Amino acid sequence: MRRLLLAATALAFVAAGAAEAQQTPRKGGTLRMTAPYGASLGSLDIHTTPRAQDGIAAKILHRTLYNWDTQNNKPVLELAKSVSVSADGLVHTFKLRDDAFFHNGRKMTADDIIWSYTRIMDGSKGYPGARYVRIIKGAVAIEKGQAKELAGLRKIDDFTLEMTTTSRVEPGFYFFGDTTAILPREAVEGGNFAAAPVGLGPYKFVEHVPGSRLVAERWEKFYKPGKPYADRVHLLIMGEAAARDVAFRNREIDTSILGPAQYVAYRADPELSKGILEVAEVFTRNMTMNPAFKPFSDKRVRQAFNHAIDTDLIIKRLARDKAYRATSWLPSASPAYDKTMKPYAFDPAKAKKLLAEAGYKDGFEFEWTTSQNESWGLPIVEASIPYLSRVGIKVKPKLVETAVLTEVARSGDFQGYITSNQTGPDSLATLRCFDSRTPRTACNYSGFNNPAFDKLLDEAAAAADEASRNKLLAQANAILYEEAPVWFFNYNKAVMAYQPWIHGLQANATELAHQYPEDIWIDARSPVAK
Amino acid sequence: MPLLILRRLGNTVPTIVAVVLVIFTLFSVIPGSFTSAGDDGRVLDAQVAERMRKELGLDDPLHVRFGSYVANLVQGDLGTSFRTREPVTKVIAQRLWPSLKLTIAAMGFAILVGVPLGFIAALRPGSLIDMASMVVAISGLSLPKFWLGLMLMYLFALTLGWLPSFGYGDGGLRHLILPAVALGVSPMALLARTTRAGVLDVLNADFVRTARSKGMSEYRVVRWHVVRNALVLVLTTIGLQFGSLMGQAVVVEKLFSWPGLGSLLVDSVFQRDIPTVQGSILVIVLFFLAINTLVDIAYVIIDPRIRYG
Repeated sequence: MRRLLLAATALAFVAAGAAEAQQTPRKGGTLRMTAPYGASLGSLDIHTTPRAQDGIAAKILHRTLYNWDTQNNKPVLELAKSVSVSADGLVHTFKLRDDAFFHNGRKMTADDIIWSYTRIMDGSKGYPGARYVRIIKGAVAIEKGQAKELAGLRKIDDFTLEMTTTSRVEPGFYFFGDTTAILPREAVEGGNFAAAPVGLGPYKFVEHVPGSRLVAERWEKFYKPGKPYADRVHLLIMGEAAARDVAFRNREIDTSILGPAQYVAYRADPELSKGILEVAEVFTRNMTMNPAFKPFSDKRVRQAFNHAIDTDLIIKRLARDKAYRATSWLPSASPAYDKTMKPYAFDPAKAKKLLAEAGYKDGFEFEWTTSQNESWGLPIVEASIPYLSRVGIKVKPKLVETAVLTEVARSGDFQGYITSNQTGPDSLATLRCFDSRTPRTACNYSGFNNPAFDKLLDEAAAAADEASRNKLLAQANAILYEEAPVWFFNYNKAVMAYQPWIHGLQANATELAHQYPEDIWIDARSPVAK
Repeated sequence: MPLLILRRLGNTVPTIVAVVLVIFTLFSVIPGSFTSAGDDGRVLDAQVAERMRKELGLDDPLHVRFGSYVANLVQGDLGTSFRTREPVTKVIAQRLWPSLKLTIAAMGFAILVGVPLGFIAALRPGSLIDMASMVVAISGLSLPKFWLGLMLMYLFALTLGWLPSFGYGDGGLRHLILPAVALGVSPMALLARTTRAGVLDVLNADFVRTARSKGMSEYRVVRWHVVRNALVLVLTTIGLQFGSLMGQAVVVEKLFSWPGLGSLLVDSVFQRDIPTVQGSILVIVLFFLAINTLVDIAYVIIDPRIRYG
C-alpha cells in the first residue's frame, strides 16, 4: 500500500511537471502557419497591398505603431511606450521605443514613422493605408501634391513624435493595420524591397518561393525580451481547404483556417475538436436594400424582410453554425456593441402584417444580386427564397462575381445585394458608412439618411471619453436596427484548427489568420520541435 | 527541314495575334476590376481606389490601353502586375520552371505507363490484360483531377506516410510525385486508348499481313512495322496532351499548393490582375503552339511520306 502511494505521488509529480512544462513557453522549433486566402502572396512591400493574405506575412516581418490587443479587443501601443493627449484630443505625443531595430540592424526613430506615413500618402500611388493616415493634419495636402511634408507629424527628438489629427479620434484604430507598417527608407528605396523586405517584426525574412512559402527566422534584436519563441516561421501558401485538411491531419502544418465543411468534421472528431479556436470576427453579412427601389424605401418593408426569414435555421443548417446571428450592424467585438439587443424574430405573420400596412399586401418582386460565396452568397439567397415567397416577396437572383459586388454597391445599380462588410473594429468609422453625408461611392451603399443618426455620430465624435462615445454609438446602432436598411444576417465565426503542441494563439477578431507570431510557442511534441 | 520549321513558325503568328486580341478584349470588358476585387468584406477606400485606377491606367480608353499593351508586347514587356507591382515577365518566370517540371513529369508518367499499356492491350485483344488496361484507361479519363488528387493525398501521405501531401519543398522528386501522377493520369488513359487503337489498326493492315506471310517473326513485325506506323497517332496524342497539360494543371497546382503558372492564373483572375492573366495565358498558348510545332516536325522525321503543302 505504501509503495502504491509512493508510486502514485511520484506519478503525480511527473504529471504536474509535464503539465507545467507544457505551460512554460519553450524556445525553438519551426512554426508552420498557413496562408489560406488564395494561391499566392501579393507584394511583400506591405504598403502596396490591402489583402488579408499579405497581412499574415506582415505580422511576421513588420510592426505598426499600435497592435491589436486580442484579449481586450482594443488597440494598444506597440512601437511607442506611452502617449499623452492634449485637452482638445487633437494632439498625441508618442514616446517611441528606443529598442526597436530594423532587420538591417538600424534603430527605428521618429523619422521612420514620418517617412512611412508620408510615403503612404503619395498621391501618385494608390497605397491602401492612405485611408488611415488621412486623419493626420496635412495628409490630404500631400495626397493632392500640394505639400511634401506631413504638417501633422512633428519630430521632437529621435524618440518623441507629435501627431496632430484633423478631428478627435483614437489613432490606435487607424495605425494598427499592416498597411501602415513602419518601414526603413533606405531599404525601400534600395530597389529590391518587395523581394527582400526589411521590417521591425519578430522574424527576419529569409526566402519567398512565390506561390509556395515564405520563410523567416528569429530576429535576435526584437524588442520584446525572450520573444519570439520559435526559431523559424514557415508561412505555407495553401488556398485549398481540402488540401489543408489532409496536411493538418498529416501533421505537416500547425494551424489551418477552417471552412464550414471542415468545421463540422473537426467538431465531431474527439481529437481534432480539442484544437479549435473560434472568434466572432468584425464582419457583418447582410443584404443591403436600395431605397431607390420603391418597396425598400418603406421601413416596414425592410423590417418585414428581417422578420420573414428564419435566419437562425439558415445559420444552423446552411452555414453549419459557423456564424453568429447578427443583432444589428456592429459586431460583438465592437467596443460599442450592445449585448442586450435581440435579433429580429422569425415571425412571418408579423412580416405579412407589416407588408400589408406598407401597401404590399400581395407582396412584390425584386432582384437580389449575389455572388457564389458559400457563406454569404447564392446558397443563402436560395435558402431565403421559400421564406420570402411565403410572405409574398418573390426573388429573382442575379449572380455576379465577388469582384463585381463592390462596383454594384458603389454604382447603386441594385435592388438588394448580399455581401460581407468589414464592420470594425472602429465603431465610429463603421457607423459613418450610414452617415447621410457619406456618399454612396465611399460606403453608404444603402443611401441611408437619418438626421437623428447623424447627430448621434457627431456627438460621439466630439465625446471626450470612451465610455460616453460608445454609449452614443450604441444608440446610433439601435437606430440602424430599427430602420433596418439591411437584412441583418450574421457575424462571421472564424475558426482556426491548431495542433496540440501549439500554444499562445490569439483570438483576433479583426482577422483570425492574423496572428502575432512572437507570442506563439511550440512544445516538444511537434515533429519540427528542434 | 529549315524551310518546314520556318513555315510552321510562320503559321503560328496569326494564332498568336488572335490570342492576344481575344485575351485583351475579354479581360478588358468583363465586369470587376483590381480595385473592386477586395477579399471577403475588405473594400478599398473609394479615394484610394480612384488613385489606384489612375496609377494602373484602368480608366484609360480601351484603344489606348491596347496600343500600349501591344507596343510593350513587341518589346517583350508583358506589363506590370497589379498585385506585386513587379514586371509580369518576372512574375511568370518565377512560376514557369515549377510548371514545366510538373508538366514534363506528368507527361513522362503518362507515356511510360500509357503507351506500354496500350501496346500490351492491342497485342492481346480481348484478353484479361486488354480488359484490365482499358478499365484503367477509362477510369483515368473519367476521374476528376481534384478528387483523384485528394485520394492520392489520403493514400500516400495520410495513410501510408510515404510522401508529403502538398507544397514544393526544395523542388525535389518527393514533392513532385503526387501532383505529377494526379495530372498525368488523364493523358495516360488517353494515350493507352489511342495506342491500342493505333496498334490494332496497323496490325490489321495489308503490309503487316504480307510481312507475316513472308514468315517474319512476330517480334520483328511489331518492332519494324507496327511500332513505327502506330507512332504517328501516338505522337499526335502526346503532342496535343503535352501542349494542353500546362493549362490543365490549374486544378492540380491549386490542390497541391504547387507554385506554377496555373495557380498564378487562378489567383490573378479572381484578383483581376489583368496584366498577369494576359501574360500567363499567352505563355500557356505559346507553349501549346511550340509543342505542336515540334510534333509536326517529328512527323516528318518518323514518316518521310508526310509532307506539308
